[in-house]
Amino acid sequence: MADTIAAIATAVSDSGIGIVRISGDDAIEIADMVYRSKTGKKRLADVQSHTLHYGFIYDGDSLVDEVMVAVMKAPNTYTRENTVEIDCHGGIFVMNKILGAVLKNGCRLAQPGEFTKRAFLNGRIDLSKAEAVMDIINSKNEFALKASVSQLKGSLSDMVKALRADILYEIAFIESALDDPEHISLDGYRERLEKKLLSVQSDLKKLIDSADNGKLLKDGINTVIVGKPNVGKSSLLNILVGEERAIVTSVAGTTRDVLEESVRLGGVVLNIIDTAGIRDTDDEVEKIGVAKAREYANNADLIIYVVDSSRELDENDDEIMNLIAEKKIIALLNKTDLEQAVSEQKLADFIKKMTCMSENKGFRIIKTSTKENIGIDEFENAIREMFFGGELNINDEIYITSQRHKEALLESYESIEHVFESLKNDMPEDFYSIDLMSAYASLGRIIGEEVGDDLVNEIFGKFCMGK
Amino acid sequence: MPGIREKVDVCVVGAGHAGCEAALACARMGLETVIFTVSVDSIALMPCNPNIGGSSKGHLVRELDALGGEMGKNIDKTFIQSKMLNRSKGPAVHSLRAQADKAEYSRAMRKVLENQEHLSIRQSEVIELLAEDLPLSQGYYEKKITGVRTYTGAVYEAGAVVLCTGTYLKARCLCGEAITYTGPNGLQAANYLTDSLKSLGVEMRRFKTGTPARMDKRSIDFEKMEEQFGDERVVPFSFSTNPEDVQIEQASCWLTYTNEKTHEIIRENLDRSPIYAGVIEGTGPRYCPSIEDKVVKFADKERHQVFIEPEGLHTNEMYVGGMSSSLPEDVQLAMYRTVPGLENCRMVKNAYAIEYDCINPDQLYPTLEFKRILGLFSAGQFNGSSGYEEAAAQGLIAGMNAGLFLQGKEQLVLDRSQAYIGVLIDDLVTKENFEPYRMMTSRAEYRLLLRQDNADLRLSKIGYEAGLVTKEQYDYVCKKERLIASELERLNGIKVGANKKIQEFLQSKGSAGLKTVVSLAELISRPELSYELIEELDENRPKLSSDVIEQININIKYDGYIKRQLKQVESYKKMEKKRIPVDIDYENIGNLRLEARQKLNKFKPVSVGQASRISGVSPADISVLLVYLESRQGTL
Repeated sequence: MADTIAAIATAVSDSGIGIVRISGDDAIEIADMVYRSKTGKKRLADVQSHTLHYGFIYDGDSLVDEVMVAVMKAPNTYTRENTVEIDCHGGIFVMNKILGAVLKNGCRLAQPGEFTKRAFLNGRIDLSKAEAVMDIINSKNEFALKASVSQLKGSLSDMVKALRADILYEIAFIESALDDPEHISLDGYRERLEKKLLSVQSDLKKLIDSADNGKLLKDGINTVIVGKPNVGKSSLLNILVGEERAIVTSVAGTTRDVLEESVRLGGVVLNIIDTAGIRDTDDEVEKIGVAKAREYANNADLIIYVVDSSRELDENDDEIMNLIAEKKIIALLNKTDLEQAVSEQKLADFIKKMTCMSENKGFRIIKTSTKENIGIDEFENAIREMFFGGELNINDEIYITSQRHKEALLESYESIEHVFESLKNDMPEDFYSIDLMSAYASLGRIIGEEVGDDLVNEIFGKFCMGK
Repeated sequence: MPGIREKVDVCVVGAGHAGCEAALACARMGLETVIFTVSVDSIALMPCNPNIGGSSKGHLVRELDALGGEMGKNIDKTFIQSKMLNRSKGPAVHSLRAQADKAEYSRAMRKVLENQEHLSIRQSEVIELLAEDLPLSQGYYEKKITGVRTYTGAVYEAGAVVLCTGTYLKARCLCGEAITYTGPNGLQAANYLTDSLKSLGVEMRRFKTGTPARMDKRSIDFEKMEEQFGDERVVPFSFSTNPEDVQIEQASCWLTYTNEKTHEIIRENLDRSPIYAGVIEGTGPRYCPSIEDKVVKFADKERHQVFIEPEGLHTNEMYVGGMSSSLPEDVQLAMYRTVPGLENCRMVKNAYAIEYDCINPDQLYPTLEFKRILGLFSAGQFNGSSGYEEAAAQGLIAGMNAGLFLQGKEQLVLDRSQAYIGVLIDDLVTKENFEPYRMMTSRAEYRLLLRQDNADLRLSKIGYEAGLVTKEQYDYVCKKERLIASELERLNGIKVGANKKIQEFLQSKGSAGLKTVVSLAELISRPELSYELIEELDENRPKLSSDVIEQININIKYDGYIKRQLKQVESYKKMEKKRIPVDIDYENIGNLRLEARQKLNKFKPVSVGQASRISGVSPADISVLLVYLESRQGTL
């Protein structure tokens, strides 16, 4: 007996083709609830196993996409459970909608690596592959957690935290009164709680709506510009953004803070972070900037490595390469308007040596002059090529993240609904805190926090009790 | 050294609330048992508050009783006031609390012990645990317990030992600058056993707790206080006590308050408090803070409640609840005298803080046996808990398991969905505790199921099978269970329609009229109605006792909530059932995150469920662990 899970099963890219996979006892029944054939008469529950069906996916009454649906019955499937795969071609947005529709009809979002885990636990994957299976689970979870926390916009994560704090306070108050009824009274508390929860719920509603619009997450490819000081990083950003944002001077080390901009280039959205120039330095303020640059480079999907072609490569370039060796790189050989000290070939050899990657597969070099606005079109083309060629794809977990957030928010909302129901039915206070605790736990999943001893700490921290 | 040499089955070290339950359980299971105490006069001593029960602690006592423990019966014999707390809240948080006549409580328990077959009492300090290395390692066990040695040189060989040393190990009492090296209430401390434990590789830590002063009743002006009465109709703790036997004349308690003057004296003298001066090394509990802690931490509170409670019927000592302290005696007296009614109070016993050695309970299995020492069990404050009830609950489980161990039977682990006792022990052995652990209802995630009213239904079978609950008592519970089930079925089966009689009846009760046919159960589920209230609509109902009716009301009224928790329990149980073999080597599971590997190694959980509750072990780590266990099983 396994519950039914669903997720987007392919890496997400703008090429638009993807699969939503459902697995578990009720997979076929659930698919039937969102699938309609052309005639509207076919039911997936009646079709033969391992067959492909043309039709449409509906979310309630609204058409989402035209699809092909593969129906595979246990045990001859990847997970050895009933499995349905919905092939769609509407892009990320549509895939997310299909997934959402499926989730509404009774399955839950798969944990990272869960299909693989099930395949293994159901004996589909050879025992000797246990190591690999554990690796997949581990890395997918690490990534999901990182994505969940890092993709959440700062203001939203603050909002989630504030809501949690509010909820926890109420639970702690109720619980301390239950624990020490002679010290703490709940007289008149219901009205207060009801008011508080109305505001909590309306905040939750806003968050859920923004999850629907996809506004919860920072969209796009996390891109970081790195390079030695004064190679033209800020000038590049200014060209891409189209305004003078970064302070551009010819004094090395002037960009000390990290600047971030969202830019659309050739249909691809880049979240570009400009960093302080990386060099060995004694300046305390500059050191902080360099440390930050390292951190951002670590989390980047794409690195734009800017090199001043008029100056020789030095140990600072070695240092930079160490930082970005595992990343997809576009190297800009800048300042081509000046006399050349570094040729394209030399730079290519340098990067190959430092990263073991080969040109056009992992990294590209483009000659630019930010001063003369030369090479920017080629740069744009390179990005498009890498992205749509699948070389630069965004891990599916990032997109799943928004679904995860939404699921948690909805659960939390529903728990608060339960409290309202208990209030309406005049249930005693101890029933409220049970559902409030579920709401608190659900919200915690969004920001990667467990419940642990939070409640006990809050009770002792905020309320005076005891003999 | 020549000395007495005896051979018994079980040695229980300490005769507090844990020790008494442990010893009685072993003896009742037919095992020859000796209980050691530094003073027979301190058997079942209540060195702090004069109550048994209270929020969630009352649950523990009822569960203990259902399993065949003694505490509930003993308090029913010796209480002088009783209240059901939280009566206006849901049934899950109703909790009994009784004021005890301390001397009577102690005397009654001593009598039970003295007359228990297979049990002997020995007044002697145990100074050494005897153990031998195991020739072959068995799981995590490295040593096997063989007995104890006393200060007078006597050796008691035993197959199992239960440690219930309370606050006696290297105890130190503090009252301002005055420090004495004694146990609670001026009793002799036990200064040797700690070293013996350390030499067996047991890790020790130091906790502290405190108690308020006792005042001479004749010096208190009760006119200035609010009188607090017991319940009109008293509910007994024990399921085996006849409710009519506990309808006694009750004593009163008294409520008064501290004020700004009190707080001022405390603030002015904080530098003389051993805690604020940094003299105290032990960690104290946050849930029973000293009055100086309250004043410092909750500076904006203008007053704190003070409960004046009798210590018994045959003493003038009154307990000053809410004002424990380790300030010097002169400051104490000055501060107590600012409280209305205590202006002229005379102190019989000063307040003090006490420090003692105990263990980090992560060294124990959920059976309360040491992971590394076969046959050594422990319970109570020694395990880092606090409270008489918490101690007694562990004592019973440790004693039962010592007995089951010697009988070669499977030991008892109550899980979190079965009992507060299960939650208590699981928390102790699985979570990182930094202060004396106290039970709270918020710690029980399935508390709607773990009610004090259904402890007998939940646990009597286990107590009966271990030989601690009589057949008569158990048969009664079985019958009760059947009556509840058949009555629920009947109430769900009988449908009533919207006829005139019913509509009028509902109107008279302030309940909305019917629009469709409903069952009697559906009517009972309405907040304004109950089983008793709809009697006239239900002509053929059987005659049922009040405890059965109580269960019917609760089951119907909270049906939706109860079902939701039952569903959660289902998935919880799945993970509890997945056992982790003792020879697992977490170092070999490279895919576990480092922190998880370290924590798992430290706690050595017995099940995947327990592993999932260790802080620092993530759901992903649990997935990895499941895959690993599966692959292992396949290759073995």
